[in-house]
Amino acid sequence: MTDPILFAGIDEPGLDTIDVYRRRGGYESLHKALTTMTHEQVLDELQASGLRGRGGAGFPTGKKISFIPAAQIDKYLVCNADESEPGTFKDRELMQKSPHMLIEGIVIGAYAAGANRSFIYIRGEYVEQADIIDAALLEAEAAGYLGEDILGSGFGLSLVLHRGAGAYICGEETGLLDSLEGKRGNPRLKPPFPANQGLYQGPTLINNVETLATIPHIIRMGGAEYAKIGTETSAGTKLVSVSGNVQRPGNYEVELGTPSREIIYDLAGGPPEGREVKFWFPGGSSSPVLLAEDLDLPYDFNTLAEAGSMLGSGAIIVVDDSVPVVDVALKLAKFYRHESCGKCTPCREGTRWTVSMLERVDAGLATPMDLDIMASVQEQIIGNCLCVLGDAMAMPIGSMVAKFRDEFEAHIEAARARNPFGGEAPDPPLPLVQGAVGA
Amino acid sequence: MIGRRRKRDAVLLPAVERGPADGPDGQDPPAQRTVPRFGHGSRVPGWDDAVDLTKDPSEIPDPATTPVDRRLRAEIEAHMAKYPDFRSAAIPALAAAQRHHGWCSPEAIEQAACVMRLTPGYLVSVASFYDMLETRPVGKHAVYVCTNISCSLCGADALMERMREETAGDPDFNVRSFECLGACDIAPMASVDGVYVGPIALDDVPKLVAQVREGVPPLPNKQLRLRKSTDPGAARAVPGTTPQPGSPHSYGDQMPGDAAGPPAAVEHPPPTPPADA
Repeated sequence: MTDPILFAGIDEPGLDTIDVYRRRGGYESLHKALTTMTHEQVLDELQASGLRGRGGAGFPTGKKISFIPAAQIDKYLVCNADESEPGTFKDRELMQKSPHMLIEGIVIGAYAAGANRSFIYIRGEYVEQADIIDAALLEAEAAGYLGEDILGSGFGLSLVLHRGAGAYICGEETGLLDSLEGKRGNPRLKPPFPANQGLYQGPTLINNVETLATIPHIIRMGGAEYAKIGTETSAGTKLVSVSGNVQRPGNYEVELGTPSREIIYDLAGGPPEGREVKFWFPGGSSSPVLLAEDLDLPYDFNTLAEAGSMLGSGAIIVVDDSVPVVDVALKLAKFYRHESCGKCTPCREGTRWTVSMLERVDAGLATPMDLDIMASVQEQIIGNCLCVLGDAMAMPIGSMVAKFRDEFEAHIEAARARNPFGGEAPDPPLPLVQGAVGA
Repeated sequence: MIGRRRKRDAVLLPAVERGPADGPDGQDPPAQRTVPRFGHGSRVPGWDDAVDLTKDPSEIPDPATTPVDRRLRAEIEAHMAKYPDFRSAAIPALAAAQRHHGWCSPEAIEQAACVMRLTPGYLVSVASFYDMLETRPVGKHAVYVCTNISCSLCGADALMERMREETAGDPDFNVRSFECLGACDIAPMASVDGVYVGPIALDDVPKLVAQVREGVPPLPNKQLRLRKSTDPGAARAVPGTTPQPGSPHSYGDQMPGDAAGPPAAVEHPPPTPPADA
């Protein structure tokens, strides 16, 4: 196992202050990039590093930056800190313990993209983390790392912290842009992609916290050196959030390509004594589930994609054999039903009907044919919406129905046996309300 | 239309504060709703007016007839100044108005709209989208219990139930289950007035509720910010960046005079067994 890059000495007291961060070598990459390198050189290093976006899609970061047009207009960099994928909590720890690493990465990333305004969109629930970043921003501005003419390079950047107010969909990049513009966070049609028309209709680069926080380290090590870590197609280290039925849940920084078993068993301690892994989500609750037999897969972008799942945001949720799969499916479907913004019909209606059908399964009203209907609903959602929220429900639910069909059918049988009348108890008589208000 | 709307709201709106007219210890019959009042006895304005149908929601409120608190106005204007387009300040402005009024009441929305020169209808459309902007009166202590998948695998549903029981009938509490709060490592957890605490055992709940009532920090030894990284590598340095001893700048290296050095990662506390075990 390689040594950590992002998490090296992360627990040092006071790392969230600029003094300790600088004493640890912080902001040196910023000096190096802004005073000795051109935009193109920084971009070349990022492309050579093979860094892929850590937010979920895994798009090459250097390529994304190169899509930003070179015109002399207002260009924006938005840091997506709306970490709301269930099971993911890596950005929270980074922002809380080392906010200056993120700020340094944003300034270098904006320099590479030629952006002159930047925003951090942090989810509203992260109150403590937002306060920490606010304090760090003041320090960075006072030290001259933000504002006009940073370090005498002629490059200027403003950075504003924007607090969200609780909506999963605002983690989707175009939903985030609408929310940042002060609207309801509804996703937009793509194309035009944000790199051409994003925030305020200007070219916009959107990156995850972890991606941006990695940039200073790439500049420090050199892109070629960074590319040596990990596998050929998935370079570098990744923060993996392990949660669910494991003994030591938490964030672990691993080299991409590490066997998944090592992450789940050696680092996170595996499931509690006497239990076995039943299935696991490799990349947040939106990724199709994998089984215990897939535990030996190397943890990297391409291998997981070939196995029919995805690395996503790097959140492993382990479910052990004491948990019924129907409960997990229902929990998930209810979450996505609540968070669907309602703009596209397949997602709005599909999430609702999936919940209804799973409730039928639980209540003993379903037949095995309902499972086929459910699977077909999931197929109708995938790829038919503006954003991937619907897919994010359809993929795991579809994979659960496919891989645990026997258990679903057994659940249906058991529920029917419990409720011989199909669960259809007569409605209780409505209570008479005396003097109902406003009647 | 008017009657229907008022009836629905009247049924759903819970009372937020109890006036002196309430029964002892706030124990009044459930069917009877009390009017929320300020400490000095006057009614909280706007608490029952879902929409003032005499006004056009597509009209920007007139500053001459819309009094706005000086501090609230200053806060909203400061937010508006931060963005290239002032509309971006809609969420921060609504959050500020909510802090000021307790919830996004029609009056709060009208004041925010007046300062931002937007229509109340626009701000209502924003406020109704986001979970943390309350469009009906709520208790002043926000307790969000994460009941998403990771937390519920660790017994969050039982925690939620216990929390509801413990705060039942207390109008100061706004207990609700929430989407994944991004703290699955301390599952089952809750965000108590913005402070993340966990893992919360069921026996901790009465203490937690008492601490919130007293206004002291909730479960001080279980707060997230005190937690060390679980990654065993977090205390190690990065290879290749520690070339010469005494080099003034190197990531993760110990500095001369840095007696303590980076602290070792502490062991994670034993996980709470799932409630269904």
